[in-house]
Amino acid sequence: MSANLIPLLWEATLQTLYMVAASTILGTAFGLPLGVFLAVSQRGELLSAPWANKVLGLVVNATRSVPFIILVVAIIPLTRAIVGTSIGTNAAIVPLTLAAIPFIARLVENAIREVDAGLIEAARAMGATPFQIIRKVLIREARPSIALGLTLAVVSLIGYSAMVGAVGGEGLGDLGIRYGYQRFMPEVMAAVVVVLIVLVQLVQSIGERIAARFDKRAPRNRGR
Amino acid sequence: MTGNPAAGAARTAAAGAAISFSGVGKAFAGPGGARVHALDDVTLAVEPGAICGIIGRSGAGKSTLLRMVNGLERPTSGTVTVAGRDVGRARGAALRAIRREVGMIFQHFNLLSSRTVAGNIALPLEIAGEPAEAIRARVTDLIARVGLDGLAARYPAELSGGQKQRVGIARALATSPRVLLSDEATSALDPETTQTVLRLLADINRDLGLTILLITHEMAVVRDIASHMAVIEGGRIVESGPTYDIFTRPTHPTTRSFLGGVTGLTLPAFIAGRLLPARPDGPSEEVIRVTFAGTHATDPMLSKLAVEKGIASNILAGAIEEVGPHPFGNLLISVDADRGPEARAYLEQHGLLTEVLGHVR
Repeated sequence: MSANLIPLLWEATLQTLYMVAASTILGTAFGLPLGVFLAVSQRGELLSAPWANKVLGLVVNATRSVPFIILVVAIIPLTRAIVGTSIGTNAAIVPLTLAAIPFIARLVENAIREVDAGLIEAARAMGATPFQIIRKVLIREARPSIALGLTLAVVSLIGYSAMVGAVGGEGLGDLGIRYGYQRFMPEVMAAVVVVLIVLVQLVQSIGERIAARFDKRAPRNRGR
Repeated sequence: MTGNPAAGAARTAAAGAAISFSGVGKAFAGPGGARVHALDDVTLAVEPGAICGIIGRSGAGKSTLLRMVNGLERPTSGTVTVAGRDVGRARGAALRAIRREVGMIFQHFNLLSSRTVAGNIALPLEIAGEPAEAIRARVTDLIARVGLDGLAARYPAELSGGQKQRVGIARALATSPRVLLSDEATSALDPETTQTVLRLLADINRDLGLTILLITHEMAVVRDIASHMAVIEGGRIVESGPTYDIFTRPTHPTTRSFLGGVTGLTLPAFIAGRLLPARPDGPSEEVIRVTFAGTHATDPMLSKLAVEKGIASNILAGAIEEVGPHPFGNLLISVDADRGPEARAYLEQHGLLTEVLGHVR
C-alpha cells in the first residue's frame, strides 16, 4: 500500500462519518416524531387521525420505494435550493437525510407499537395527557428497540453514503470506485472494504450496548 | 332487574355513594349490524369505605363496568358517578382530574419496565405536575406503606409477582385517591401471594377509608375481603348485596355455581350421578343441603338431630368457612326419605337453612 494512500483513506473515512452522522441526526430529528405520529394516529389510537395517518403513510412508502441512487439524482433541484450546490459532501447529506427520515420513522413506529397496551391504559387511568403518555411511557419504554432500529439505520446509511459519489459526495465508497475500480488499484478497494467492515462492526456493537443499557426487561441487565 | 331485595336498597342509596351506576348500558355494533350489549341496565351503588367485589365469568361485562369508573370506557346509556361527579360525560382536563382521584391496579401489573420501583410509583405524581421534592417524600412513604423497603432502586423484572403488585398498589395510591379499582389484581398470583396482597388491600381500606371496587372470577377473593358483592352475567347484575347474605342465601343459579367452588355446595360426583328429582318408589334417602350461618355454624346440630329426634344422617360433603368475620358452613346430608320433612323442620327451627336437592335410592 503506497504511503499517500493513508491520508486519502483517512480523509474519505472522515467524509463518510460526517455524512452519516449528519444524516442520522437530521433523519432522527424528523423521523422520530413522524414515527411516533404514525404509531399513535391510527383509528382508535391515542391521537386518532386516520386520514393524516394514511396520507403520511403513503408518503413514507413512496419515498422508501424510490431506489436511493434515483433519489439522489431526482432531488438535485431540492438539494441545490437547500445547500446552494448539488455537488459535494454537504450536498450529499440532503438525499441521505431524505432517505433516512422514512426509514427511521418506520423503525420508530414499530418500536412504539411493541409497547404493551396495558401501559398506555395504566397511564390513561392516572390522568395522563396523550403527550405525557408519548413522552413518559411510549418513547421511554421503546428506547431499547429504538436504539437497535437506529443502529440498523446508521449501518444502512453507511451503505447509502457509498452511492453519493455520483453527485461528488466523496467518502469511502467514492474512493473505492475512483481509485480501486477506475484506476485499477485493487489494494485501495480492499482497504476501503476493510474500513467499512470495521465501521459497521463498531456501529453495531455500540448500538447493541446502548440498547442493552436501556433494556431493563430482563434481570441480567442490572448494573450495566 | 334482579330478584334480590338488596339491589333495590342500593338503587335508593345512590345519593351518598362513592361510586354509583344507574341504568348503565354499553352497546356496540356487532357482526351483521346487530347491537351487542356488553352491559345492560346496571344499577349499583358502592358506599364510601366499602369493598365491593364484582364477580362474573370472562365476557360477562365486569371489566367494562370497572373501566367506566375512571372513564376508560364510556356508557352508551345511563350514568356513572364517582363522588357525585358524572364520569361518563367528563372530557379532557375534567376527566383527567377525576382519574387522579381514582387509582387502578391491574392483573398484569402494567409497570414500566424502564423505570425503577421508585420511578414507577413517582409516575402519577409527575403526571399530576408535583414538585420533585414532594414526589421523593411521597414515594418513600408509599414504599414503606406497601412493604417494599430496600427495593426502591430495583426494576420490575427483578421483582416477584407479589412485589410487582405492591408497586402497582403504591402507584395507585400515589395521588391519594378516594377510590381504588382492582382489575383481577390477584389472578396472576399464587394462592399464598394472593392472600398477602388481599391483606394489604384490606389494610389500606381500613386505614385510609378508601373505597375499593374489584372485579374477579374467584369467589375466594370476594369471600376474603369484600363487604359487598355483585354477580354479573351477560352484562346484567343478577344478584347484589352484603357478601355474607349472598354467601348464605344465594338465589341466582350463577351465584350458586360460583359458590360451589368455595363453599362445599357442589355435590360429590358419586351422588350427583344417582340423584333423582322426585322420590322413587321403595326405600330411598333425601339429599339435603344444610346451611349454617352465624352462631349456629359451630353447633353440633346433626348430633342433636340424632339424639333428640332419633334421625341418623349421612354426611356427604361439607365445609365451614369464614366470610369476613362470620363463620358459615354448608353440609350436604342424606336422611331416610320418610324422616326427611321432620329433620328439615327440626333444623329450620334451630335457625339453619335447608334445601332438598333430590333423592337417591
